Amino acid sequence: MSWLLALPFFIPITTALIAFLARGRKHLCSVISITGCFAALCVSIAIVTLVVSGGPQAAQMGDWQAPYGITLIADRLSAVMLLISAIVGLCVALFAISDINENRVKLGFHCFFQLLLAGVSGSFVTGDLFNLYVWFEVMLIASFALLVLGGEKIQLDGGIKYVALNLVSTLLMLTSIGLLYGLTGTLNMAQLHISLAEVDNPVAISTLAVIFICAFGIKAAIFPLFFWLPASYHVPPVAVTAVFAGLLTKVGVYALIRTFTLIFPNDLGFTQNILLGAALLTMLTGVLGAAAQYEFRKILSFHIISQIGFLILGLALNSPLALAGTVFYMIHNIVAKTNLFLISGTAQRLAGSYELNEIGGLYKASPLLSTFFFIAAFSLAGFPPLSGFWAKLLLVKASLDQTAYFVTAVALITGALTLFSMSKIWAEAFWKPHPQGHCKSLYSLSVAERLQRLLPVSLLASITLILGFMPEPFIEYALGTAGELLHPDDYLEAVLTGSSH
Amino acid sequence: MNSIILQTATRVLVALILVFSVYMLLRGHNYPGGGFIAGLIAASAFALFAMAWGMEAAQSALRIPPGNLAVSGVALAGLSGLMAIFYGDGPFSGQWLTLIGAKEEDGIVISNVLFFDIGVYLTVLGAVLTLIFALEEAS
Amino acid sequence: MEGPLAVVVGILIATGVYLMLARDLLHYLFGLVLISNAANLAIFIAGRLTRASPPLIPEGQEAPQIVVANPLPQALILTAIVIGFGLLAFALALIAQVYRELGTLDVDRMRIAEPVRPKRKKSL
Repeated sequence: MSWLLALPFFIPITTALIAFLARGRKHLCSVISITGCFAALCVSIAIVTLVVSGGPQAAQMGDWQAPYGITLIADRLSAVMLLISAIVGLCVALFAISDINENRVKLGFHCFFQLLLAGVSGSFVTGDLFNLYVWFEVMLIASFALLVLGGEKIQLDGGIKYVALNLVSTLLMLTSIGLLYGLTGTLNMAQLHISLAEVDNPVAISTLAVIFICAFGIKAAIFPLFFWLPASYHVPPVAVTAVFAGLLTKVGVYALIRTFTLIFPNDLGFTQNILLGAALLTMLTGVLGAAAQYEFRKILSFHIISQIGFLILGLALNSPLALAGTVFYMIHNIVAKTNLFLISGTAQRLAGSYELNEIGGLYKASPLLSTFFFIAAFSLAGFPPLSGFWAKLLLVKASLDQTAYFVTAVALITGALTLFSMSKIWAEAFWKPHPQGHCKSLYSLSVAERLQRLLPVSLLASITLILGFMPEPFIEYALGTAGELLHPDDYLEAVLTGSSH
Repeated sequence: MNSIILQTATRVLVALILVFSVYMLLRGHNYPGGGFIAGLIAASAFALFAMAWGMEAAQSALRIPPGNLAVSGVALAGLSGLMAIFYGDGPFSGQWLTLIGAKEEDGIVISNVLFFDIGVYLTVLGAVLTLIFALEEAS
Repeated sequence: MEGPLAVVVGILIATGVYLMLARDLLHYLFGLVLISNAANLAIFIAGRLTRASPPLIPEGQEAPQIVVANPLPQALILTAIVIGFGLLAFALALIAQVYRELGTLDVDRMRIAEPVRPKRKKSL
């Protein structure tokens, strides 16, 4: 049992080591990377089935009982995040075969990619705040390396802004963890839930909560802490952007959800208002920023920010339905966003640029790619019956239930503006004729490359369709997750009463 | 730097520092010390060597690319965490293997903690040297 | 002892923030180094400062016999120092590379990724 929970990060780290030793051979590296991702996928499926049938599962590292040792724990939220990140990892590893050139593979692309996945998975399974910090750093250093790998000027420029602002987040997180330890004497998240309720120092707790919002807020790219994201996400190869877009900011959101449902549940009012304000402004600024952009990947980058606003909104509303909305939105958004970036990469390959005024004619040249883009983009905009519609419906319903009509209005305006941006891409890149008069068709690529580019895209698109046409089991799962988050009794019991045997 | 005094002193010092780093590594098992600090000490030996004799000399003295050293260190540390699987315990739990005699009667006992520490040593040595070589090559 | 050290943490952070407000990237990095030390010191203080022995258990015993210092913050700081060392070393190497490639350390002049006037479409 305890080994199963360690596997989500053991497998990627092992894969990273093997990939590092094999880095001189491009194809071998890809095979290793894909095998590792597939194994991680199998493990996460096993964890999800276990959690659904048996509730939260905990494991104590080194057989040190909680709260003294490091606890690993998988509840419904962790399990689904593990599953979805494994799927994204597999898709991007497939896509990377044709997208990442030999030079980058030699410099260790697959090694850093797997380390990134290890950091992400580790963050999802850990039940210890300091361990979370360590996994964040594993993820961060791998993302630094991936971002500047290859060393083009534009990469260095974007990379330096990413590094500079994320280091601030790291230091804030470290400081707040230190202060929290000083206040309670423990860093085990379950124990913190109990210990912090006994601390009679509301000023210190509120201050800490705000520092945590800032620390995780930089990672999650919420307003006004998101400036590193549009500065850097369009500079690396698109496979890197896709995995960043799918997973990195979501880990920040995951940390926020954990912190504010498990550790600071008694400090509502105050932090909830901050989160709500930040969420609304994030939604609006993100989508307005996207409206001003004319580059494929920059538009998508600004949309990441806007979507983060929706995720935080559910957390801020803090009702079972709202949290379920956040969870469902997270699943939908990771899939759709990764897919859009992968599609933008293939669009650039066919049409020659990311600048919308330099490309066009993609619909005529490759209707298949256009269909996939249509599914992902209009799901993101919330078109019924695609997955984004159900995600937004849950959040809008939750805001209506709390008679927060202003919130509903902002959510709907953001949805409309998202539709505007997606239509802009659709009209410019897909419908209008190519300005230079030629856009390569998918059939001009070799069979292998076509497969490597389209297989992950079609896999993610089919998940979007399944989420859209059969949302009930997923919404049910999300509601179950929200229940666990709001009433963490099972979680506490699993961690603190030594369920390792 | 081309100084005869430094070069001559380095020949002696490098050996001394390396031995001291191994001492620090093994001492860390029961007393202050350990893999991290020992790795830094060993890295300082190679940094000194590089200062006195040049970057290429230091790289050839190390024989293995520092990146590989770091990766093998991580692998060793990971493997020591996996050792517990043969004893049916949780990941990263401490395991003691008795080589000679019994554990209670001053026998020689070897633990996976030691291997973990050696892994840390190699990782720190490799990582620091990767960095030093990269910075030095660039300038 | 906690009081004066808390003031030291404050001074370190203030100095670090001041340095980070500079346009020069190297100043920014030095500011980060100071704040990183401040964070480590904060964890150290959070474990409470006592005049006590090192937390080593004598041979043959299961628990320390005398009052010992809190070992957990020290373990946390060690980890944090290692990670901070790695991150800052990477940042330093990156800054060196940026200076070589872009020829400046002034962040206001680094506009390759985000041009001041992005390409607009001239006509349809």
